[in-house]
Parts: sequence; C-alpha cells; structure tokens
Amino acid sequence: MTHYGQSLLGCGMIDDRHFEMEDYQGTIARWCPGCGDHSILTAMQRLLEEEQLKPENTVFVSGIGCSSRFPHYMKTYGFHGLHGRALPVATGIKLERPELHLFVAMGDGDCCSIGASHWLHATRYNMDMLAVLLDNNMYGLTKGQTSPTTPQKFPSNTQPSGTYLRALNPISATLGVTNASFVAQTAEWIPPHLFETLKVAYRHKGFSFVRILQRCPVYTASIFEEAVRDPDLIELLIHDDGVWVKDLDQIYGHTFYHDPRDLNTARALAEPSDRLRLGIFYRNEDVPVYEEIRRLPSYTADERVRTLNQELDRYAV
Amino acid sequence: MDNGLPCSLLIASDGLDSALARMLEIIRVPETTVEVVSDSGEGAQKCGQIFGSVCAKMGNGAWTVEIIPAEIQPPPRTPAGGSGNRIRFGTEEITNWGDAANLVVAFNEQVLLGRIELDALAHDAIVLLENMWKTHADETIQKEWEGGLEKIRAAGYYKIVEVPMEEECLKIVDDARRGKNMFALGLLTCIYDRDVELVKAQIAHQFRKKGKDIYERNVELMELGYKWASKNLDFRIDVPTVRSDVPKVVMNGNEAIGMGAIAAGMQLCAMYPITPATSASHYLGEAYDKFGGVVHQAEDEIAAVGVAIGASYAGKVAFTITSGPGLSLKQEFIGLAVMLEVPLVVVDVQRGGPSTGLPTKAEQSDLMAAMFGQHGDAPHVVMAPATIEECFHIMVTARRIAETFRTTVIVLSDANLATGVQPFPRPKLDTRWLQTPLNLTPWPENKPPYDWDEQTGLSQRVIPGQPGGEFAATGLSHTSWSKVAYDPESHQQGCQMRSRKLAVLQQALQPPEIYGVDSGDLPVVGSGSPKGTIEEVVDRALAEYGDLLLVGWGSTKGAIEEAVDRARAEGLSVSSIHLSFLSPLPPGLEMIFCRFDRVMTVEINYSDEPDDPYISEENRRYSQLAFLLRAQTLVDVDCWSRVPGQPLRPGEILNAVRQRLRTGVMV
Ligand SMILES: Cc1ncc(C[n+]2csc(CCOP(=O)(O)OP(=O)(O)O)c2C)c(N)n1
Repeated sequence: MTHYGQSLLGCGMIDDRHFEMEDYQGTIARWCPGCGDHSILTAMQRLLEEEQLKPENTVFVSGIGCSSRFPHYMKTYGFHGLHGRALPVATGIKLERPELHLFVAMGDGDCCSIGASHWLHATRYNMDMLAVLLDNNMYGLTKGQTSPTTPQKFPSNTQPSGTYLRALNPISATLGVTNASFVAQTAEWIPPHLFETLKVAYRHKGFSFVRILQRCPVYTASIFEEAVRDPDLIELLIHDDGVWVKDLDQIYGHTFYHDPRDLNTARALAEPSDRLRLGIFYRNEDVPVYEEIRRLPSYTADERVRTLNQELDRYAV
Repeated sequence: MDNGLPCSLLIASDGLDSALARMLEIIRVPETTVEVVSDSGEGAQKCGQIFGSVCAKMGNGAWTVEIIPAEIQPPPRTPAGGSGNRIRFGTEEITNWGDAANLVVAFNEQVLLGRIELDALAHDAIVLLENMWKTHADETIQKEWEGGLEKIRAAGYYKIVEVPMEEECLKIVDDARRGKNMFALGLLTCIYDRDVELVKAQIAHQFRKKGKDIYERNVELMELGYKWASKNLDFRIDVPTVRSDVPKVVMNGNEAIGMGAIAAGMQLCAMYPITPATSASHYLGEAYDKFGGVVHQAEDEIAAVGVAIGASYAGKVAFTITSGPGLSLKQEFIGLAVMLEVPLVVVDVQRGGPSTGLPTKAEQSDLMAAMFGQHGDAPHVVMAPATIEECFHIMVTARRIAETFRTTVIVLSDANLATGVQPFPRPKLDTRWLQTPLNLTPWPENKPPYDWDEQTGLSQRVIPGQPGGEFAATGLSHTSWSKVAYDPESHQQGCQMRSRKLAVLQQALQPPEIYGVDSGDLPVVGSGSPKGTIEEVVDRALAEYGDLLLVGWGSTKGAIEEAVDRARAEGLSVSSIHLSFLSPLPPGLEMIFCRFDRVMTVEINYSDEPDDPYISEENRRYSQLAFLLRAQTLVDVDCWSRVPGQPLRPGEILNAVRQRLRTGVMV
C-alpha cells in the first residue's frame, strides 16, 4: 500500500493508494486450528482487496461469540459489541454515515437466538450492508450449548441426550420477512463459492444476508463431515444473475438453475432436502433502502439556528 | 333559568344584565389554581393546556400539570377516571403545582369526587359543575348524582355552581362530549378575563392539524361558554399580569428536551414508545423535518440505544429517550458505551416503578438504576433538570459533556416535567451549541485510539473515515490500543482511566447554591479569597447556617423552595440546595451539610419512616439521594420521601419540615 501523507487527504487530492490483502489483516486470528472462521476471514479480506475498499471507510460490526472476534482480525474500523446486538449498532452507523462500507458478522446464537428480533427488523429496514451468519450450529465460545440451528437429536452440553427441537431454518426465516432483498447460503469449505457469494452479496444494494455453513472442529465436526467429503450431498443454485462458479460444476454435479427474482421458488428451495443447497435464493434490487428513505437535507449551523428561532417564535409568550 | 343553585350566584333573569354588571364581585389574588377535569376523551386536557398557555402568554407566571388516568379508556363517570389539567398561575413566577385548587370545572360529579378524595381542592374552592346528570334519563345516574353531591357538600365549603354544559353545547354541536372542553375554556376566559384573541390563536395552534371548520366550531363553543359565564356568574377573578422585559417561551418539558436536543445539534433520536417519554419524540418527529434530523423508532429499547451508540460511534452524538422499563433494557448497552468511550446521551423520563408501576405518574425512583444499573464498574454522568427551562439547556450540556469526556450522560427528567408547562426566558441560541462537523483528517501514526492522558483519563476520539485510525472498539477489557487484554494491569488501568474522568468533571463543577440563607452569610466553599480579619473568617467558617437543610434533585425544586419560603416566614430556620449533578456529585457538599443541624433529602421515591414498624437505625431503607449522600459525605443525612404518584406539594413538604423540627425524629 502506498503511504498517504498528512497533506494527501482532505485536500481534494487524488487518492491513488492500492491495497493488498495484508493491508486488511488485523491481529493474528486466534480461532482454533481447523475452525471454519479462518476461511471466511480470508475470503472477506480477498473481497476487500478485490473491491479496493478503503480501510478507513470500512466498518466491521459484530456481537459476541467466537465468530464475533472477526473485527479484531480486520485492519479496518471495527465494533465488537454485545451478544446479539450487532445489527442495531450497524443500523445506527448506517443512518449516520451511509457512505461507509458496512459488514456485520454474527454467530448462530448471536443472530438467531438472542438477536433474533434485530435480525428480523434489520431485514425489514433493508439498509445497505453485508451481514454474514457464521453458522456452526452450536454455541462455540460458551462451549457447546444447543443453538437454534443445532440439528434435532444432536447432543450438546445443555441437551446431552440430543437436541429436542427441530432446527430453525435461517434461510426460510429471512425469506419470510417483508422487504427481504438478498438471501444466500454458502459453505466455508468451498472457498470459491464462498468468495463469489460474498462478492455478489456485497454488490447488492440493501441488506444482504448470507448464511455461511461453518465447521466447528471442537463441537460440531461431525455435522458437516459428510457434506464436506461427499459433493453429492450439495446442490448448487446457479444462475446468470446469481452465483455460478464455472469450475465448481466439475466437482458438484447437482445444480439447479434458479432465478433469484423468484421468491416462491426460493421459499420452496429453502425447505430441508436431501442436499445442502448453496447459492443465491433471493435477490430483489427494488426494495427501498431505509437510510435513503430517512435521508434528509443537511443544513448549516446558521440555518439550524435560524429555524430553531422560528420554532421558538411559535412558543413565544 | 335553573334556580337550583345552592348559593347566591344565580341570576334571576336576562333583564338584570346591567344590574349584574354593577354587582359583579371582582376577587383580586396574587396567584390561583384552576383545575379542569372530565372523563377521558372529553378533552379537559386540551382546555387546560390552552388556558395555561394563554395565562403564560399574557404575562402570568404559570405551571401546569396534567391529571392523567392510568388507562387510555377508563370507565366513564368514575372517581379514578378523571382526566384534565391543573393550572397554577400568578403575578409572579410559579415554580410548582401548589397545594390545592381554588376553582374547578368538572364535567361530572364523579371525577370531581376523585379530585376531592385526592385532597386536590381548597376547602372554599369554587366548583363549576356540569348538571346534565341531575335529570339524566338513567335513574342510576340520577342517584349517583344525588349521592355524589351530598358527599361533595360534606367535604368542604365549596361554592357549587351548576352549569348546563350539555344543554348549551347542543345548541352548536350534535355530540356535546366533543364540545364541552371549549365551552369550559370560554367559562375560564370570562372568569379570569383572558385575552380572547390569544385564546383563539391558541385554539388555532392546538388544532393546527385539523381543518378550518374544526377551528371555527371550537371558537364558537368557546364564545358560547364565555357568554354563559358573563351572563350567569356574578364573580370574576383577577390575577394581575406583568409584562416582563425578558422575552419568554412557554412549552412542556418534553418539548423543551426535544428542542434542546436540536439546539445541541443532536440529529438522531432513537427510541421505542413509552409513557411519559414518547411525547418528546412526537415533537421531534414533527420538528426534525425542518432540521434534517431523524427519529428512529426501533424494534425495542435495546435496539434504540444500540442505534444511538452506533450513530455516535460513527459520527455525531446521538441520543435515546425512554422511561424506567426501557432504562432497564438499555443497561447492558450503556455499560458498553462507557467501556468503548462512545459519547451517548440517554434521557429517562421517570415514572412510578418498579415494573410497569405508574406509567403516567411522576416519580424519582430511577436514580440508583441510572447510577449503578450496569454490571461491572461503569462510571458515567447522571444529571437531572429541575425546571422546564433546564430540560432545554441540559441537553446542550449533556451533549457537550458526553463528547468532551467520551462518556455516557444519563438525564433524569420525570412525568411532572414532561407534561408540565411553564414559561421561561427564551434561550439565546448559539451556533457553538451545535456539534462541529465531523473531523475526518488522518489519525497520527503511533497514536492509540485511547490516547488516555494519564492524569485525567481524557482522550481524543477517533471515528471511521479517519485514515490511519482503524481499530476494533471492543467491550472486552482492552489496552489503550484497544487490544483485548485480560492482564491485571490493563484492566486496572482501563477502569482507572474511565473513572478518572468523573473526578475531572467534578472539579469543574460549582458547589450548589444555598436557598434560604442570606447570601451574605454564605459559607466559604470552593475558591475565592475570604474577606475580613482572620477571626471573622474563622467565625464565619464555623457559623451555623440553620437548623435544617433540605436537599432535592429534579422536578421537586419549586415545591421545596416554596416550602422553605413558607417555613422561614413561620420563623423556622430552613434552607435548601438542589442538585443538578448526581454523578459526579458537586463539590462542597460536606462543608455545606456541616453548617446545618440536620440535613434531609426530599424526594419522590420510597423510604422507610424512622418510626415505622420494624424499622430501626440498622435496617431503615433511605431514599435514593439520601443513600448516595450518606455514602459520599459520611454525614448522617435523613430523608423524607413519598410516592404519591404525583408531584410533591409545598404544603406537604412544609408539614414534614415542621414535624421533623418539632419531633426531632432523626436517625
Ligand atoms: C447477554 C449475554 N448473554 C450470554 C452471553 C454468553 N455468550 C457469549 S457468546 C455466546 C454464544 C456464542 O454462540 P454463537 O453466537 O453461535 O457464536 P460462536 O461462538 O459459535 O461463533 C453466549 C451465550 C453473553 N456474552 N452476553
């Protein structure tokens, strides 16, 4: 990266910095070896490089959990806040500074349990940000408790004889929310698909929700084991307007040509099946974006004071 | 003409108009208190609001308080269902709602009984009472009326004037329930000789969102009431007005908070509806359009404060407004804001608690929750406005402190201020009150995001967009570089730096002024060189300033100071101080307390009385400010507090003072 001088910025001079991947690397990631989050981090850093996002104009917001350590490992602005509450913070940032590139990283407990209401409402606000759900089907940081996405019967430390309830389906849930504008699913163990999905999601204007299936070597290694080994258990949703990584067709024989504009089919495809479906379920570029609905003209200090004086006139004795 | 009037207020015939004019009794008083009460939905509140504003605009000092039933649609004609307004106004400034009403307009006898049960009426109050119930088709109602009137007559020496409101209003409207309030306004306009043009202008303001015909109908009704009063009432009440040279504005506390937020340059109010805070966001929802601001109604209070923190983190200071239950929900986020040193303003318009408590009623019981409701050590600022005027200015101060000290400021208003209306000197706006534009210049290399000054804990804020400043803000314990650190030194240092800021703020505060003590006697507190010989200085320094010092905070100021005035007039040696800052507490408290025999807080929150059953020195639970002051000053501070679900009355406080001084019950 070329170094900017104090004089370069803020004086209307051309900013010709070029960013390499390492320009986006924060502190060394401290996730377990074999944790799927590493691959997601790399894909994200690649995305920022590909898009040449200015680190100072990029913000990663997260909640609390293993996955929510994400902002620390990025060399951008970051906000590592409260368990379940990443989305309200992101909402505030976007309302105040719509020009910032905004990313949100959440775990499945974070997003689908404690933060579920924010997830629903953020989908409805449809603000321009990329929200990734790092879904390892388990509470990682707190050491192996059932999460809403844990498969039924899978044992956990709080439900040792097997998880009682059927798993919540984050894709169907999101597709059910009014104003949903971008819903996709990918897996961290297929880096090209992961990368392409993140890229398309980032370029979508609105709330892009990407569920990333993520292995946890400690608590849920067995859940994705088969799908990782056997491409037969994966079905790729492909489309010219979706994610279509050509070389992947060689490995993954099952593909389904799905137009992401088709919400009804998307909802049907989101239902559980024999194969894990990866790709873009739904995309709608026409849903209004909340920060634009709420955008108001800006006024100078003098104008504000003048208007407030008029306001006081109305209350004058 | 109805001749059933119990007193000599009836007028025999229209022909006697001119004679009446000569007989008019004009009662001149320096101040008076009026109440208008109806079933909810009959609009007594609107009537009261307009009347209060008119009084203020004519140059009277005024203070209005809403009388609110807890439910939105309480059953009609019940004592608990009364809804309306109390307006206390006078020639001089009025600082509180007073003790008892001198005149009441009641739309039925049951809501009037409700007020009497609450001891809201002076024993010689004039009562203007709708009399349609007397001849009502429903016999039960007729019976209720008879029984009610008997009780009313037994309760005091009221002058009861029956007013055929329904009958009169039906001359103009089909549904008199929708017209009586303006008729009542007409009665008051005549009795108190208010400026009719001003009344019309206020009606126009009140119904600005409705059509012209609505306005005209309301004016017609008001004029009808005026005419009825001028023809049928043989008394008028004169509360002289004085035009002051100081330009004034009149509004309620929530409007003042909203306007103060605008004056402070806060452009984002994130909230979730909750009484009695909501009306501030109603005001802002309308006003912000003109200023480029946003009221974001979030999905809940947690999200609301999260949005405010996100916005503040990324740019200008934002605020959130709520009431007790919402404050509870926000606590985790408030702790985060303190930890991240993101500036934040939280307004809590207190209501009665715990739990859903008294949703529409004033209380001061969130002080502890505001100070200590966060887990861990989360030092931050807590302030309380004492008047409507302060509701405005406190927002400017709060925003500046939040920004300068990179901390959270909680502002504790309450239902009394929120709905109370009072004229105050028009703020002289200043562009410097607004926030400066965002600074996105590069962040110096090797400067940490928490570049704490070791002495003060203060540091410069870095925001997204500043090249070179990239860092991950984290709620985990962290170093000045915002690196997660669990080692003992780092956590100790972080806590210390965040705490130190409060001490720095405390040193910048002024000691509170003592009300009551002559200023010449003021103890030497704080800086400034004492005058006189050494002996004189020492004498003065050791001098007693009185038997009793009252200490208050928030909306009780006016009532406490009025009680002090009245106590002093009785020869009691009583003074008071009123605290705007609760965290940090202002300097000089212990020094002031030591000049008084006794110190006692006066608050609207619960405390055990020293002589209550089971209560001993060991287990007595003190009111919240008393608890704090005892801990902070080691002075044996007593308290007198009540939770009546309404503002304290000066008379009540005076009684408490008399009792404390007489019985000497002190713990
Ligand atoms: C209010 C609150 N409740 C509980 C916790 C404890 N906690 C921290 S992370 C976590 C769940 C982590 O699971 P997940 O969100 O799936 O993320 P992962 O660690 O698996 O990435 C919990 C319950 C907390 N930090 N805050």
